[in-house]
Amino acid sequence: MIWWLIGALGWWAVTSSALAADPVTINIGYLRQAGTQATLSLLDQPSEDDGIAGARLAIEDNNTTGRFLNQQFKLDDVRLKDGDDPAKAARELAGDHAFIVADLPPDALLKAADAIRDSGAVLFNVKDPDDRLREANCRANVIHIAPTRTMLADALAQYLVWKQWKRWLLVVGSHDSDKLLADAYRRAAARFGAKIVQERVFEDTGGARRTDSGVALIQRQIPVFTQQAPAYDVLVAADESEVFASYLPYRTWDPRPVAGSAGLRPTGWDASQDQWGAIQIQNRFVKLNSRHMTATDMQAWLATRMIGEAASRTASGDRNAILTFLKSPDFSIAGFKGQRLTLRDWNLQLRQPILLVDGRMVVSVSPQEGFLHQFSELDTLGVDRPETKCRLQ
Amino acid sequence: MMIGLKTAALLPTGLAIWLAATTPAAAVLAYISNEKGNTVSVIDTESWTVTATIKVGQRPRGIEVTRDGKSVLVAVGDDDTVQVIDVASQKVVDSLPSGPDPELFTQDAAGKVLYVANENDNTVTVIDLDKRTRIGDVQVGVEPEGMAISPDGNILINTSETTNMAHFIDTKTRQIVANVLVDARPRFAEFKRDGSELWVSSEIGGTVSVIDPVKKVVTGKIEFEIPGLRREAIQPVGIGMTKDAKIAFIALGPANRVAVVDAVSHKVIKYLLVGQRVWHMAFTPDEKYLLVTNGVSNDVSVIDVAAQKVIKTIQVGELPWGVAIPQR
Repeated sequence: MIWWLIGALGWWAVTSSALAADPVTINIGYLRQAGTQATLSLLDQPSEDDGIAGARLAIEDNNTTGRFLNQQFKLDDVRLKDGDDPAKAARELAGDHAFIVADLPPDALLKAADAIRDSGAVLFNVKDPDDRLREANCRANVIHIAPTRTMLADALAQYLVWKQWKRWLLVVGSHDSDKLLADAYRRAAARFGAKIVQERVFEDTGGARRTDSGVALIQRQIPVFTQQAPAYDVLVAADESEVFASYLPYRTWDPRPVAGSAGLRPTGWDASQDQWGAIQIQNRFVKLNSRHMTATDMQAWLATRMIGEAASRTASGDRNAILTFLKSPDFSIAGFKGQRLTLRDWNLQLRQPILLVDGRMVVSVSPQEGFLHQFSELDTLGVDRPETKCRLQ
Repeated sequence: MMIGLKTAALLPTGLAIWLAATTPAAAVLAYISNEKGNTVSVIDTESWTVTATIKVGQRPRGIEVTRDGKSVLVAVGDDDTVQVIDVASQKVVDSLPSGPDPELFTQDAAGKVLYVANENDNTVTVIDLDKRTRIGDVQVGVEPEGMAISPDGNILINTSETTNMAHFIDTKTRQIVANVLVDARPRFAEFKRDGSELWVSSEIGGTVSVIDPVKKVVTGKIEFEIPGLRREAIQPVGIGMTKDAKIAFIALGPANRVAVVDAVSHKVIKYLLVGQRVWHMAFTPDEKYLLVTNGVSNDVSVIDVAAQKVIKTIQVGELPWGVAIPQR
């Protein structure tokens, strides 16, 4: 204990004498909407601090590193209530926050991005998977950390094809986001040689996600819904809206595995991931937040760490220096997924392996072996450079 | 060999030590930590066979022989301790107060002080090896990992995997005197015997930084290029350098290769194909052989140092990680 004290004092003396100047402060904003989506499983219900909890951990990590470089990181949280204008909020935040971590739906994200275009500030999209934000609607001031629907669908498709489960029964929800996800699965099937033997739509007829006699009804409903399907190997569910997918496993008419929005799910991160040193960040996260780390937490951690990494590499808190470094070929970040993560220069999407998880364990990690690419195997996931519609401006 | 070992076990300890002392060449053993198996495999470097498997704590990784050659220390991360294996009885006899999740560690030249990297709480723990007590902590960067001590004993190096630095710690004052930024996820640090260079491997960055320990700046970087392998698969981890500092070997992780490097010009001479996910390495005392652990293929490759060739593969426990060989 005494030694610890002496050590701590000694360290303080070194930092304060060697680095006499005031620390450089780097302000990071966090822009999100109030309220969370209801999920079918109680276990999936996001916490109030979903996402920002990851950014808070990254701020701690950045500050540990920053002590050696005389840099300090600060996080400011802005929550939009219903009816609040994301453009106005982004403009206000961009005044003294050059970097804004954004957990917003696509329309709000675009409004915020366009509102701060002239300020030189940049948004980090940590939640939304919409490919259009990286394609026709891409913006030069939005960096995407969250994987896209096509990246997620391709990651699952590669595994299903490797497993020789090539005949898919595709069940699609009736909301727009479900349809976009189904598009990604159709594209993935065509790219990797799977066949969608039939498609079914699961209409959202409204109603509560939680009822006292729910299970009895679902047990009658799902077998009927999935009967008389052509021969298939795996049921792929496209249900971003949390209406039906989690009801499918163990209830299909034919005994078949379920993948996609339930069963074997593709995701950027999972609380069960413990390979490549991940146990360390999982432990740090649980210690700080007293709960498990979600994909959004990880994506917010990555966004915040990228800013910290660029600040230490450039030894600078200057927004232009940091942004130039992030967009340069020299940039890469370690994200506990077994290899360096880099940005696609054509649309500022973070390249990353995708985990395939069953809710208990990581079953596999894509890209799968054998799916080759001339530049990076990570570019076998999602829309690639030759197909992109993005023109950054 | 098994019979020989049993006989040795029946002998009084004093006699066994006497035997070992008189026949050093025959008695060189290598100790391999098996990360998943929770065991340490013992390899006889004459017969190249596994002669014993020692049960240890959970998730054994960093492993070293004490300077007196009497004990093998192994960090068992999930048990938050460093265990002491008695070489004579080949059993765990004690444990050290290391702090949470120890992974790699190093000793001072006298073998009196042990410095342990604790991944979970951003500290290096200082342990008195004789008293087996914790005598200090040094706050370092996020996820401390690689540990090395300068040949003159004055500077301790710790690398931090998320902060991406080599921290220079004065061993007398236990204060950080310099921080050198290296590429992503620095995992291992090794000094040249003459103290002229410090090498730090960056697993995710894919490079080895060559640092001038006096000026405390990166003076060069060793990069690797293997035809047919993408850059991301080349992940340098363990480093071994010959005593004359002429040749170095660098384990390249999932590239399944060990790079042979001219340690003077820093040029890669060749790549040796070994097992899957090669981690760490250790020389036999005569430097004739180098043993490397292959994590995914559960084996150890033996490299003939002079010929720069892999001559043997030995099956060990599950997910072999570290290797230590007594140097006396």
